[in-house]
Amino acid sequence: MQELKSFIIKEFRHIVRDKRALLILFVMPVILVILFGYAITNDINNAEIAILDNSKDELSIGLTNKIVSSGYFLQKASLQTNKELQEVFRSGKIKMAIVFPPGFAQTFYREKNVQIQLIADASDLNVAIALSNYAHSIIKDYQNELNKDLGQTLLFETTTKMLFNPEQKGVYMFVPGVLALIMMLISALMTAVSLAKEKETGTMRVITVSPLSPITIITGKVIPYLVISMIDTCIILLMAVFIFGMPINGNLFLLALVNLMFLFAALSLGIMIASFAETQQVALIMSIVLLFLPTVLLSGFIYPIKNMPLWLQVICQVSPAKWFIEAIKSVMIKGTGIQDIWMQLSVLLGMIIVMIRVSIVQSKKKVS
Amino acid sequence: MEASIKTENLTKCFGSFTAVNNITFKVDKGEIFGFLGANGAGKTTAMRMLCGLLHPTSGKASVAGFDVFTQREQIKKNIGYMSQKFSLYEDLTIKENINFFGTIYGLSNTKIKEKTEQLLIRLNLMEEANSLVASLPLGWKQKLSFSLALIHDPKIVFLDEPTGGVDPITRRQFWELIYETADSGTTVFVTTHYMDEAEYCNRVSIMVDGKIEAIDTPDNLKKLFDASTMDEVFYLLARGASTQE
Repeated sequence: MQELKSFIIKEFRHIVRDKRALLILFVMPVILVILFGYAITNDINNAEIAILDNSKDELSIGLTNKIVSSGYFLQKASLQTNKELQEVFRSGKIKMAIVFPPGFAQTFYREKNVQIQLIADASDLNVAIALSNYAHSIIKDYQNELNKDLGQTLLFETTTKMLFNPEQKGVYMFVPGVLALIMMLISALMTAVSLAKEKETGTMRVITVSPLSPITIITGKVIPYLVISMIDTCIILLMAVFIFGMPINGNLFLLALVNLMFLFAALSLGIMIASFAETQQVALIMSIVLLFLPTVLLSGFIYPIKNMPLWLQVICQVSPAKWFIEAIKSVMIKGTGIQDIWMQLSVLLGMIIVMIRVSIVQSKKKVS
Repeated sequence: MEASIKTENLTKCFGSFTAVNNITFKVDKGEIFGFLGANGAGKTTAMRMLCGLLHPTSGKASVAGFDVFTQREQIKKNIGYMSQKFSLYEDLTIKENINFFGTIYGLSNTKIKEKTEQLLIRLNLMEEANSLVASLPLGWKQKLSFSLALIHDPKIVFLDEPTGGVDPITRRQFWELIYETADSGTTVFVTTHYMDEAEYCNRVSIMVDGKIEAIDTPDNLKKLFDASTMDEVFYLLARGASTQE
């Protein structure tokens, strides 16, 4: 116990004295969350839109004027046909289109409600959502003004259609992704590099000749990074909830369990990498290939897995981050219980077992 | 005299390759034993078996009175080890290094305090106690590393090419430390590339292709091979290896 304590203290000293490590451990998570968070909640000003007015009556023109004069939107085009609509979207000239049906005012007064269609370019989903929300509230304002004059309740109904991204990857999607990235960075990369460093400088040999058991060595190595990862997870989640308004609909214990499971998977991955790498350089390169690419590109964090070719989808299955992101999304956004994510948890557990097994076999081979 | 290390037909095979082939030798208590051999001759493998890191394929060996097959834990407690890289934590202070290596060998806090003071005085490092190891000159690192290998008063200390990359004067000073240690009764088992250093040992063994080809005092070996230096002895034996292949 004394030995383990001493090992952990030593490990914390390494971390505290390494300015680059400190930056990665504590500044990077905050920067990533802010970057991803604000990059997607930018203010909308003079967003380019097109109007396809099939009625051209006093109401549709009045509403168009109100929308354009709001300052949020800039009318780039007045369209005549649906075909033109597709073209302007494809060319990327506009971010949103507003479509008025034929006989707009007539329907409104007669049927007491009328549909207005908002079509947004959802390849930039967050902008698309913000734009349609703005437009929606302007339309509601106009409706209320009219109703006041008329003394009765008539409705404008808006339907929103998202183009180019029918899946509607969530606004909060970045949080699970950032969590996965940070945990991989700290638990896997830092563990791998610091283990490889001991090998490179020869201290590992001295430790293995000492009476310290391999379990004490690994535990001592891993605990500091485990603690720091947990702190970072809390920081990221708190920022997500209080700064960006992300909901946590599920059970907090389940959320912690999912995070811990992924943390252990990341730590095992780091240990496995270190069992192959003899130098920090090699550990770093292996980490980039084995951690970053799968976590960023093959996890569904940035690119939806469903849209990938089949062979790539198969490869995605071995990315621990893919299973973590699925599980944490279910828990945080959908608020599901353990019965819906047991599969993700089991897969992560399986990965942990396999990676630890490989590390043990590999280290034994190395000793010989 | 009591044997510190004793091996009988100790062998280690990796698949069909025999890295260490039936080596038999004895090292006495307090002896400085030079373990020589070209790279790949099997020195490191033999040393790892003696340190309890590697399981021998066959044969017998005891280190500090403990069996290398069954009592590896006890062996680890009774030996010290220093490698060619000096293996200190550069980003820890001298004191912190002493503390860490003291605890992993299971020394009590009071014992560590006592040892720290002794060690700092002996190496004349009192003023640098709280500076980072990275700031020390190479020679000091080497001495500190050696002292740390001895912090738990081991019966045997294994030195794996301990003087690599150090200038001749520092090497000479280092050998004085080795003599002091041996005089106090600790067995010193040392591997080296430098043949002039082999002359400093009480006895040396020379390994060629996994076998011990010669084992005796440096003077006797020189007589036996009719050579004027250990360098020549080594060359004659190593050439034997290449003609066999």
